[in-house]
Amino acid sequence: MSVVVLLLPFLALFILNLLSREAQKSGWIPCLVIFALQTLAAALYPSGLIDWQLLAPLEKFIGFPLVIDNLSLLLMGTAGLSGLAAILVARAAFATPRATYRFSNLLLVALVGMNGIAMVRDLFSLYVFIEVTSVAAFILVAMRDDKASFEGTWKYLILSTVASVFMLVGIAFFLLGTGGVSFQDAASALAAPTPLVWIAGALFLCGLFVKSAMIPFHGWLADAYTEAAAPVSVFLAGIVTKATGIFALMRLLPMLPVAAGPAREVALIVGAVAAVGGAFLALTQSDMKRMLAYSSLSQMGYIVMALGGEPSLALIAAGVHFFNHTVSKAGLFANAAALEDRLGTRDMDRMGGLASRMPITGGTSTVAALSISGLPPLAGFWSKLLIVIALWRAGQQVFAVIAILTSLVTLAYFLSLQRRVFFGTVLDEWKAVREAGPGYTIPAVALAAITVIVGLGFPFFLPLLLGGGL
Amino acid sequence: MTVVTLVLVLMVLAALWASMSTLLLRATIALALSSAMLSVVMFSLGATLAAVIELSVCAGLISVVFVSVISLTQRRPFKEIVVRWRSRLTRFWPLPVVMLAVGIGLSFVHTPVQIALPLPGPDGDVREVMWNLRQLDLFGQILILLAGVFGVMVLFKREEKHVD
Repeated sequence: MSVVVLLLPFLALFILNLLSREAQKSGWIPCLVIFALQTLAAALYPSGLIDWQLLAPLEKFIGFPLVIDNLSLLLMGTAGLSGLAAILVARAAFATPRATYRFSNLLLVALVGMNGIAMVRDLFSLYVFIEVTSVAAFILVAMRDDKASFEGTWKYLILSTVASVFMLVGIAFFLLGTGGVSFQDAASALAAPTPLVWIAGALFLCGLFVKSAMIPFHGWLADAYTEAAAPVSVFLAGIVTKATGIFALMRLLPMLPVAAGPAREVALIVGAVAAVGGAFLALTQSDMKRMLAYSSLSQMGYIVMALGGEPSLALIAAGVHFFNHTVSKAGLFANAAALEDRLGTRDMDRMGGLASRMPITGGTSTVAALSISGLPPLAGFWSKLLIVIALWRAGQQVFAVIAILTSLVTLAYFLSLQRRVFFGTVLDEWKAVREAGPGYTIPAVALAAITVIVGLGFPFFLPLLLGGGL
Repeated sequence: MTVVTLVLVLMVLAALWASMSTLLLRATIALALSSAMLSVVMFSLGATLAAVIELSVCAGLISVVFVSVISLTQRRPFKEIVVRWRSRLTRFWPLPVVMLAVGIGLSFVHTPVQIALPLPGPDGDVREVMWNLRQLDLFGQILILLAGVFGVMVLFKREEKHVD
């Protein structure tokens, strides 16, 4: 399956560009099919329903050193879901089919990049595929073609380049110090680290923290998420930042030997600062997308913090929150896009009482917000519970308490959002507003349904997760 | 002062000029100079292949692309250039000063951690590395180029403007 998930979107990209200009207007359909197939393949892969051994000769012929495990499937599945939501929103949000077609092209490039990130076993290849995804993301943010989006892209580009330099120098030092750049080489070297290997590890980790927008390198995140076009925000906030930064941390940190324990402590501190800082920054916003952007920063902090928890539970807790946050945040950005489409503003102080005018948007937004806040029985409750247990079991009670208290701040800013946007009496200005079109509501409803199903079914999924691991 | 140290200082000065210049053409020339200095350092370290690529691609090809694009733009009025240069100096004068201070400061610090950098090995056969050992990375590079092409189409083709 590994070669197929890498080459199929790549081939689709070529075929899309060979189509006539008229046919390209429907180019989003094959793109949608590919994202749907990927989501399905990632969901069905562990069940063994499909015999992927049929593809073994092809994989042997191409010979890419790729491996699929449960963590890879997590990224591929969530990337598939985010892409599906983004394409549907793009159909509604972009003014011309040509813009949707171009968006689909870049989405496919980003998908190949993320699939590469999910399956590589080598630091340099990981860096290359992170760059593939990042370059596609820079262009996606700039797609809106106005000064604000260019400013967002500029900040994203500059900080991402700084991160790339850290990572490249780290890789070069690993190569000098160990003679190889595979994950295994790096892990073995860190078991008995020389000063050069320490510096290499620290630089690579710093690069990933910058790519993950951890505080104090978070400046680009709010501008990029806020100023990007609506479907880009759905995709960016849903999966891109997580794939280019957080996922690599999830892949690498649990591989580290006991000797590299300080790396876990760094993850705890950096994650806690991002979780708390992001939550308080979100609390002060009146622009809805900006609030959601800072909320993403806070939740990504949770994922990083989880990686410092008890090793047997840390990755599962981080992975489940990775999935839950992707689903809920993509839904919330779809809601924000629907509101911006109907009202022409993102300023929450100008809204109010919109639940009566836009009941689907209001309802799905409430589900997603309560899930991210960690309210039972929604999906977010379980992942936050797992994070707190992982931290407590690791003897990190202070960080467990920080996680619980930050959840209260999360609930506070999401309740503030709901009150300002959806509750109360509808303003005269918005009395004629009607529910957004299916391009916005279908992904929001589907993502909210996943949040509820995962939440209600989690006691049944948990033994599978604990048995199979990530 | 060895030749390499002198070249390194010149490289930093050229990089500073590139980032401080208000004229795109001068910034491009400064960037090319900086790359050329870097390739000299690479030659002196024995990384011949890397030096050749740095000199031909970074200092040569990329500069040509920059200059071609700049030739399509319009020059700003002289007065505006002066105003922008003054504004940039006022805002960014600490940059070279801080860099120099850090450089001078670090030269007095004797770090207790002695990091022995192994010598780089001889250049392997680049064909073997690119086509057999790092095929996957080559595929990634093709994707980055493709993303660049789509970027040009999205950002520079003006027949229709996308507004969401």
